[in-house]
Amino acid sequence: MTTTTKDRALQSVLFSAAADCRTLARRGVERLRPLAIVLAIVAGVGLAGRHLGWIDAYPDSWIVPLKDWISAAMAWLLHECNLGLFTFKEMTRSISWLISWPLKGAQGLLYQGIDLSILGGSWRLPHLPWAAVVGIGALLGLSLQGWRLAAMTAGGLLYLVLFGQWESAMETLASVIIAVPLGALLGMVLGIISARTKTAEAAIRPVLDLMQTVPIFAYLVPILFLFGFGPVSAMIGTIIYAAPPMVRCTLMGLRSVPADVVESGLVSGCSRRQMLFKIFLPSALPEIMVGLNQVIMLSLNMVIIASMIGAGGLGYDVLNALRQLKIGRGLEAGLSIVVLAVILDRLSQAAARKSKMRERGIGWTRRKSLAAAAAVIILTGGASVLWDGFYVYPESWSVTTAPFWEGAMTWINLHFYDFFYGLRNLLLIYILMPVKKFLVELPWAGVVAALAFISYRLQGVRLLLVTVGLCLFITVTGYWEKAIITVYLCGIGALLSSLGGIFIGICAAGHRRLTGALNLLLDTLQTLPAFVYLMPCVILFRVGDVSALIAIVAYAVVPVIRYTLHGISQVPTPVLESSRISGCSKRQLLVKVQLPLALPDIVLGINQTIMMALSMVVITALIGTRDLGQEVYMALTKADIGRGLVAGVGVACIATVTDRLMQAYISAIKHKTGQTP
Amino acid sequence: MDERQRCHLEEVDPVNGKAPDRPEAFRLRAGAGSGERMTLQQTIPPEEAGPKLACRNVWKLFGPHPRRFMTKHGNNPSLEDLAARNYIGAARRVTLDIYQGEIFVIMGLSGSGKSTLVRCMSRLVDPTIGEIILDGRDLSRVSERELIELRRHKMGMVFQHFGLLPHRDVIDNVAFPLEVQGIGRKTREKRAREVLELVGLKDRECNMPNELSGGEQQRVGIARSLAVEPEIWFLDEPFSALDPLIRSEMQEEFLRLQRMLHKTIVFITHDFDEAIRLADRIAIMKDGEVIQVGTAEELVTAPADDYVVEFTSKVPRAKVMSAQSIMEAASPQAGKCRPLTEECTVHCEAKVEEVAPAILANGQRLSVVDDDGKVVGYLRRKTVLGVLFEGEQQ
Ligand SMILES: Nc1ncnc2c1ncn2[C@@H]1O[C@H](COP(=O)(O)OP(=O)(O)OP(=O)(O)O)[C@@H](O)[C@H]1O
Ligand SMILES: [Mg+2]
Repeated sequence: MTTTTKDRALQSVLFSAAADCRTLARRGVERLRPLAIVLAIVAGVGLAGRHLGWIDAYPDSWIVPLKDWISAAMAWLLHECNLGLFTFKEMTRSISWLISWPLKGAQGLLYQGIDLSILGGSWRLPHLPWAAVVGIGALLGLSLQGWRLAAMTAGGLLYLVLFGQWESAMETLASVIIAVPLGALLGMVLGIISARTKTAEAAIRPVLDLMQTVPIFAYLVPILFLFGFGPVSAMIGTIIYAAPPMVRCTLMGLRSVPADVVESGLVSGCSRRQMLFKIFLPSALPEIMVGLNQVIMLSLNMVIIASMIGAGGLGYDVLNALRQLKIGRGLEAGLSIVVLAVILDRLSQAAARKSKMRERGIGWTRRKSLAAAAAVIILTGGASVLWDGFYVYPESWSVTTAPFWEGAMTWINLHFYDFFYGLRNLLLIYILMPVKKFLVELPWAGVVAALAFISYRLQGVRLLLVTVGLCLFITVTGYWEKAIITVYLCGIGALLSSLGGIFIGICAAGHRRLTGALNLLLDTLQTLPAFVYLMPCVILFRVGDVSALIAIVAYAVVPVIRYTLHGISQVPTPVLESSRISGCSKRQLLVKVQLPLALPDIVLGINQTIMMALSMVVITALIGTRDLGQEVYMALTKADIGRGLVAGVGVACIATVTDRLMQAYISAIKHKTGQTP
Repeated sequence: MDERQRCHLEEVDPVNGKAPDRPEAFRLRAGAGSGERMTLQQTIPPEEAGPKLACRNVWKLFGPHPRRFMTKHGNNPSLEDLAARNYIGAARRVTLDIYQGEIFVIMGLSGSGKSTLVRCMSRLVDPTIGEIILDGRDLSRVSERELIELRRHKMGMVFQHFGLLPHRDVIDNVAFPLEVQGIGRKTREKRAREVLELVGLKDRECNMPNELSGGEQQRVGIARSLAVEPEIWFLDEPFSALDPLIRSEMQEEFLRLQRMLHKTIVFITHDFDEAIRLADRIAIMKDGEVIQVGTAEELVTAPADDYVVEFTSKVPRAKVMSAQSIMEAASPQAGKCRPLTEECTVHCEAKVEEVAPAILANGQRLSVVDDDGKVVGYLRRKTVLGVLFEGEQQ
């Protein structure tokens, strides 16, 4: 009898195991089926391409000369368009004239001095002594938060003084100080308008999407065209580049004001104006402050690029050093930008925190701050009269570490040349080249068809139409091959970043201290302008795809780490507890509970990583890649508007298609794991 | 309503029009709530007080095109019509009158549309169709400006989810309605402190809302709505976040205030005990529809349908049934004589629960008297015990 029971038990185990295997197999097949279909589509179209050449490679004669049309239209706008009382050119020039005034004021105050010769005589108001700026910075830190912030601000500014970066830094600071409030204001106004009506939002949102996906270079060209070369147009470029996140944050803040807060305002009898200023804006203040912070960060990110259309200062120094491969100088100037970024970031965050507490009378009053600032200026002014060195720091006293860095680089190159050279060749020959070759040889029609199929599977006809439309835009304007090269670099970069980032994220999740340290590191990495990543790569790997790839990976790895950490940590405690009670080991907890629940977040992080990789790909054009970015960059140097814009929109198309597909994928997963509300 | 109306008629009956010497029964029924009803009836005869606030066939649908849907179904869609098109009928054919000085309680299951109805009344939500008439004016016709004025001076509201402004500390939250009216800082903060003291949060005025517990936040919300001394006061589950002790304190306080101020109050609650304690009248809602409006006693003794029966099944009868509803009517002659001793009489509107101690102490029978002290019936010990222990018999 026991044997029969045993048999039966064994039988049932075997049976269920077999069933398990079968379902597993079936599931596997089901998972693989879409992939198989995709491959079949590409292969099928490829076969068809043997007979129909246009399927394989888009014929040159079919290319629509969109870029020439755009260039012609711009030329007309600039040279012939007349708006009645004045011409278009006069309008743009007067705008830049208007903006030039505050800029001149800030520059005069910070490092140039203000020419008062209009008032008669040869009067000249001196600029602020560096000691005064350092003092005021410290004072700001003190009044906003406390001694630590004051010390940090003063320390950072002293670094600029000591390393002889002062004048460049002040030039940069002057344009940032003017650009940030203008950009923030512009963004806030647009945000408020788009929060008001659905139509306004529908009009503004696609523009924002486009602006954030078109590489910056692309819209620098028209700005250059309209506003001329110089610091003012650089600033206009900065404002346009930095405003979109503010629009988004404002909109999000205004939209997320809880319904009953709004209702309690209404019931209290607020007028529309009062609703805006007493309910909506204050409730949205945290988001708006995040937006302001973003504006500051983006403005500083733009510093180097802006120097391509005429901004001076630190950005110009970095660009110059990069062009001449002067690693040490570039690094010092780059570091100075980071220092400025960190200072402004911390000060603005402290200001945000303080604005919340002002009502309670914490911190300094305005009068006290003003008095202290005046005292600092008078004191340092007096000191400058006594000793010139307080006014302009003597050059002979400044130090530089440039020779050290250059020495280090030479040393590395001398001793590790073989290693880096070998690594580079390995990557190139065994990974990069084959993938590139494979992708370039794919028939364009096949790729489009496969993408269309995926879009349809994920969401339906609308996504399919979007995908096909955007792909066709790229093809029709004749940029298919360049787009594929962009995709190849960006794709490999994003893949490597994602793998590494997810791994790092998983390892760090759950260790509180490690997470804290990692977050600090990520914060710092995010304040680095993209260009800074290029320098060491170029030194180690020379110009070319490998340097580009490594720069891309380093730059784009941040979001995926961040989102992985966040995704894992936001799994609700009750879920964790109930799983632990069910007897999950740590590993099972990770694999069966945390990762599946964190998947939407992780995919979102990957999406961000792809976007960042894409924006970096464009910048790597500077070190000689041959993709769409290169096209845009060339257009900038040749001031060819049409070419720049079309190639830029091409990049935006790639970004949009990837973004939409990823978003659709995320909502599919969310739906599956029941995380939709 | 007829029971109470009869009492009322007798009260003004010119034949027995002598000044009633306050019978002991008054002390018996001096419990919370019922005292209110007394003052209300004595001070404001219903015929003079036209409705303070009236709803006339109010509908509120949630869905893609509510207006179009309504016209398509002749402004009277059935529940099936709504369900078929995925519309939610949060308020349906609501018609009711709320009188000056009355505490009008709305009850119903979660999702039955209580909050929506009250939002319609304050026009935070525009009804799909129907009229809301406040002091004789149709609210859907007033301009935005007038609406703002109305809200500033006539309406107060306490929200189910508090609706405090997260960026302002407690005192600024409470003073907010005054600030919006343009009242100076000193005056409004003084007033805010007064109401804060009233709700027992005097020492918390500098805290931010997120530093307070749910109950404390709720009290801040109550204080805020009181700061402007509104004429009509909407309270959406105002006490549900409070612990039992504070809740009963607040109810007490609430009734005391109401005795002084005579506001018109629309009060939402899930708690029948609370409703019995506070309400002049109770409306029961189901699926957006008001099924019955009446006093707690009427709901229990004359339920409109099975739903009300079920809804009120857990209500202790002794708390809602009055002496007159279970007494044996006195013969007409007996009605003329005065009761012998005051100790063994009870007022006709006294609740069974309140009568119980007297009958337990005084033996078999109590006389039931009306406002004039006229004996209208007798209460038997057995009947009272029956009502008292009815819950246990079932
Ligand atoms: N803005 C809205 N959009 C869509 N449906 C809504 C909206 N507001 C309320 N509803 C729906 O209307 C119905 C009534 O909601 P309401 O908030 O009035 O219920 P309630 O009686 O106050 O419930 P509770 O006791 O839980 O507060 C619910 O089914 C709700 O889902
Ligand atoms: Mg509710």
